[in-house]
Amino acid sequence: MKRIDGRKPEELRQLVVKAGVLERAQGSALVKLGRTTALAAVYGPKRLFSKHQQIPNKGLLEAHYVMLPFSTDDRIRPGTSRRSTEISKVMRLALEPVLFLEEFPRAGIEIHVAILQAEAGTRTAAINAASVALADAGIPMKDLVVSVSAGKIDGEYVLDLVGKEEEMTECDLPIAYIPREKKISLLQMDGDMPLKDVKGVMNLAIKGCEIIYEKQKQALKERWIDQVKTTIV
Amino acid sequence: MAETEQNTSALIKAEREFVVPGDKIVSSMEYLPGRNTFRDGDSIYSKRLGIMHLENHVISVVPLSGGYTAQVGDMVVGEIEDVQSNGWFVNMQAPQSCYLSLSGVRGFVRPGTDLTRIYNVSDLIYVKVVSVTNQGIGLSMQDDRARKLSGGKMIYVEPVKVPRVIGKQGSMISMIKRRTGSNIVVGQNGAIWLQGGDEALATTVIKMVEKESHKEGLTDMIEKFLNENAPPLPANQLPSTTEASPEAESENNLGGQIEKYGNEEN
Repeated sequence: MKRIDGRKPEELRQLVVKAGVLERAQGSALVKLGRTTALAAVYGPKRLFSKHQQIPNKGLLEAHYVMLPFSTDDRIRPGTSRRSTEISKVMRLALEPVLFLEEFPRAGIEIHVAILQAEAGTRTAAINAASVALADAGIPMKDLVVSVSAGKIDGEYVLDLVGKEEEMTECDLPIAYIPREKKISLLQMDGDMPLKDVKGVMNLAIKGCEIIYEKQKQALKERWIDQVKTTIV
Repeated sequence: MAETEQNTSALIKAEREFVVPGDKIVSSMEYLPGRNTFRDGDSIYSKRLGIMHLENHVISVVPLSGGYTAQVGDMVVGEIEDVQSNGWFVNMQAPQSCYLSLSGVRGFVRPGTDLTRIYNVSDLIYVKVVSVTNQGIGLSMQDDRARKLSGGKMIYVEPVKVPRVIGKQGSMISMIKRRTGSNIVVGQNGAIWLQGGDEALATTVIKMVEKESHKEGLTDMIEKFLNENAPPLPANQLPSTTEASPEAESENNLGGQIEKYGNEEN
């Protein structure tokens, strides 16, 4: 089967991951998956200054996802929308399991992700960028979180759906994956599919995640490698 | 000796190797997880982005980024944020609230004393971390090094760069102190207090150390910079010193108050 952009069914779009792209943020990352571009910035852990939000035994993770007005064909009204609120929440739930939030009682960690350009898979790109930015910021984590979507078109499992494929697929299934523990921290399903196919699609998505995982680690290494030699241990 | 050799071969990451969160460092019960690492099953993993460090079977990760994580015993520089009836809230760039209790002050304080006469809002102190709990960070002045910092100015560097600012056995900071004539106190939290001498030059140099910390031969580079920029006469840099002095004087008076309280005990 030939896909819209000529990729093989189990092939990702071209992937670029960069860490530490913003000077002002404590940690930041840029993820480009094909034309979809996500920019993430992390601040914290820091004092939480609305006292009622403070949690006595752990830190609070705040995730903010926003699509910039120029990210799509039609201009998007700036500010939060029903969709961005949902994605902010699933992003937070996908990332929370890897963070040692109990090390920061009463504190807060903020993640901001802006989608500069959208062409399918913005929530997965956002999670990928956010997890690299968290590591870049030096936040204690159990692992990086990796995310990608997969689906089924014409009886074949396809990885990393793009554009029209989202309409052609029987089911769009974005996952977030914790490679070290082999656990899934996000699983959404848009469409309908028999259980057998869900398993197949998930396995394909996990394979895709493993590739992205290596890219994330590589990006962090490139960002910090020149500091390694001179740091006083 | 043979045992050590065998142990080292079990390591997946070498000493000083770069690690990211989730990287497996060793798969053996012979090692203990230290700072910024955790154990899961038989293996020890990195918790943070940094450099692997092995010492006496304890594996730790030296972080390359991130804010200040308070450790009991740290000496930090902080600013009094608020005065309460029983102590002071201190701002020291930590994610928790930091409290210096009246019982942590040296000497006897007579009940009913106005605490602002000991430390007032915006006073700077060099203070020791004595507890880290869910309730926040506890501080104490009961350490020979702890004191009030009168006058001078504060600058901030990234907490992970503090060891570089201090240098091996304090080589970097003592050179900066000697050449600029400034009195410098470096807190583990990345807050640095400077007073007297060429404060502007000392600030420039410390910021330079922070920015160029990844370069090799940094000490030589800084020494060269100081040779070029630190004239034997600090007198031509007077403005910064005069600016600080009236403030220093008034704060010194407050400093005298503490001495008085301290003496009452004897």
